[in-house]
Amino acid sequence: MGKTIVIQPVTRIEGHAKITIQLDDTGNVNLARVNVIELRGFERFCMGRPVEDMPRITPRICGVCPWSHHLAAAKACDAVFGVTPPPAGAKLRELCNSIAYMEEHILHFYFLAGADFLLGPDADYSVRNVIGVLQAAPEVARRVVRVRHMCAKMLEIIAGKAIHPQAAVPGGFSKPLAKDERDQLRKMADEALELAKFSIAFAKESVFPKYLDVVKSLGVITSGFIGTVKENGALNLYDGKLRLMASDGSFDDFAYDRYTEFIGEHIEPWSYLKFPYAKKRGAFSLEDNAPGLYRANTLARINVCDFIDTPLAQAELEEFRRKFGRPAQLTLLYHWARLIELLYNAENAIRLLDDPDITSLETRVKVTPRAARGVGCTEAPRGTLIHDYETDADGMLTNMNLIVGTTHNNAPINLSVTQAAKSLIHDGKYDQGVLNTVEMAIRAYDPCLSCATHRLDGKMSVKLDIFDAQGSLLDTLAN
Amino acid sequence: MAARLAEEWFTICGGCEVTILDIGEPLLDLLEKVQIVHMPVLMDHKLFGQTGEKTEMEIPEADVGLISGGIRTEEHKLLAQEMRRKCKTLIALGSCACYGGIPALANLSTTEELMTKVYRESVTTDKNGFPHEDIPALTDRVYAISEVVKVDMILPGCPTTPEMVAGALTALLEGRPFTLSTKSVCDECPTIREKKATSTLRRRLEPVDFTPGAPLTQMRCFMEQGFLCNGPATRSGCGGSEGTPRCIRAYMPCEGCFGPISEKANPMVDMMGALSTIGLDPKQIPDRAATFNRFSGAGRLRPAPKR
Repeated sequence: MGKTIVIQPVTRIEGHAKITIQLDDTGNVNLARVNVIELRGFERFCMGRPVEDMPRITPRICGVCPWSHHLAAAKACDAVFGVTPPPAGAKLRELCNSIAYMEEHILHFYFLAGADFLLGPDADYSVRNVIGVLQAAPEVARRVVRVRHMCAKMLEIIAGKAIHPQAAVPGGFSKPLAKDERDQLRKMADEALELAKFSIAFAKESVFPKYLDVVKSLGVITSGFIGTVKENGALNLYDGKLRLMASDGSFDDFAYDRYTEFIGEHIEPWSYLKFPYAKKRGAFSLEDNAPGLYRANTLARINVCDFIDTPLAQAELEEFRRKFGRPAQLTLLYHWARLIELLYNAENAIRLLDDPDITSLETRVKVTPRAARGVGCTEAPRGTLIHDYETDADGMLTNMNLIVGTTHNNAPINLSVTQAAKSLIHDGKYDQGVLNTVEMAIRAYDPCLSCATHRLDGKMSVKLDIFDAQGSLLDTLAN
Repeated sequence: MAARLAEEWFTICGGCEVTILDIGEPLLDLLEKVQIVHMPVLMDHKLFGQTGEKTEMEIPEADVGLISGGIRTEEHKLLAQEMRRKCKTLIALGSCACYGGIPALANLSTTEELMTKVYRESVTTDKNGFPHEDIPALTDRVYAISEVVKVDMILPGCPTTPEMVAGALTALLEGRPFTLSTKSVCDECPTIREKKATSTLRRRLEPVDFTPGAPLTQMRCFMEQGFLCNGPATRSGCGGSEGTPRCIRAYMPCEGCFGPISEKANPMVDMMGALSTIGLDPKQIPDRAATFNRFSGAGRLRPAPKR
């Protein structure tokens, strides 16, 4: 076997991963893998704690999308306690979700992935970053920094804290929104909408056309998709039903608590991260266009929804579908779909702020512990987020299962990276520009490996023989 | 000449990195005074050389080093040592780096228990083995950075605050000292305290008693209403120049994310005292160790002895 190239760490993503590329004797790619090398263990250490603590503890899974975990946890608690929040409680949660989305989509497009497009994939690594963007396009950069920061301020006005908030509680929201706060937020939302409109126009005019060839070739795979839609099929990021679409466009819709019927998780020995697959469509296989293969995150949601119920984003969706069809498969279209969602969230935030319910004083109902199971889902920016809790009669957590956005994309990311490496590395020739272009296939998915590695395990030595009955793999675990 | 800055992140959520961006426009001015030489979340410097050609991890020399997240793998340990070698001033950024943070709640369980839960008992998981190839070994527990290498400054909080990061970096660049508050969250909380609880301890299953729209100065202290609040044993500073602590602004009690008031403080003892003083019974709280040390479990929490 030939040389092994290790890219560590994968940069301008959230969390820890490395890429291992094995070359054969002729210097062509034999195998490429994304090894996820970070771990924590929330499912274990949350057990036995009061379930109402989950909206406070689980946001720490991810400081980039804390609101997604915060809200999925609050919704799972609602289900456990069997309550429905008052309209203002639900709408304040959804408002925060949309604002958090804007902050994160701006962060990803301009701060993390943008440098590859604005400065070029093979620009020197020392300038191929947000600082380089600042110098290349200072006006745009300053505006982007201001609006992203403004979104954080909006969340502070509503919830006291933008990162790791506490305001969503079982049964609703901890405090109402004052009318003067609403008026202040409304102006800020207008500025965010202007940046959203600018961003998609700017990308369609100055970014995507330049990289059309890359878009059509880099990391391209064929898969199914998962996302959330309302009863009427409209895109929704806070609440609805799950839709799992196959690559031919056929789909199953199901309620949150039925996810275990549709999704299985496979373990590979070379990554701490599990590999979810659509289990009704067949066994797991790490192959392009495998029947069980599906993707999550922006492109997935844009594909599974029948329409978007805000006018500007709907117009963008129609244009996108005319160009790329449904479901669209090109991996770099994640960036385009992300900007459509940015626009939707700006419009949705304005719609919610204009809703008279939003300043209602009734934001929360009291809850009473009981033995129950509750599943709460949201669409995190990086994909469908599932929090599944079980409690005893005192409301203490007895079981927990979490599947996060990035985990759904584990197999697709590996396949896209393999495709990218095989198409770019030939006869043992590569440089930092080529390797960065391989990384771009990962960045399109905006993976959050902090989220994905909320679980914890580790290099085991002595005590794994406990699991002897489960299979022969135990032998290889000795370290 | 610009000061050179390096950042590494270990057992993290990324919230402290987002906090750096939340400095907002003043960050742009700050960036003119520093040159970032290593920071995986924002720039592409690689540990084994840009094309993976080196055999040892290498971080460039820097004036200021930031580390977020606690230590969970052997690789984190090596990187912490490399950061210490290369950085003149080393800062632990955020409560995970300072005290272990929420991930240190894992110190209550053994690694075997964690493995069983994740790879054997999860409802959706095929029980087809354990990951073991090409992944770094775990340490026996979560460590704070200062338990592994010498740290020159801590910036606690979950996450820390933009104001504090900007303040500390500016002070360092200008050669001024930077100090943390030695007060408690209660010292900066505007609610009314009468040193007497009006209820026995209550879980947070119902709203606190407050008048919507009225200022917080008219609301009774959470703890005196019977809702557990970690304010008495938690370092103040999260409210920044505005003063009022962040969670209090959301009408929610302090969860203790800034960690102990001083390095020598014992949150367990402080909280038991605070509760007893106003007539509440700390024994009503199940799992006191993890409640009072929620963000400071590195070195403070350990697995329960086997029965």
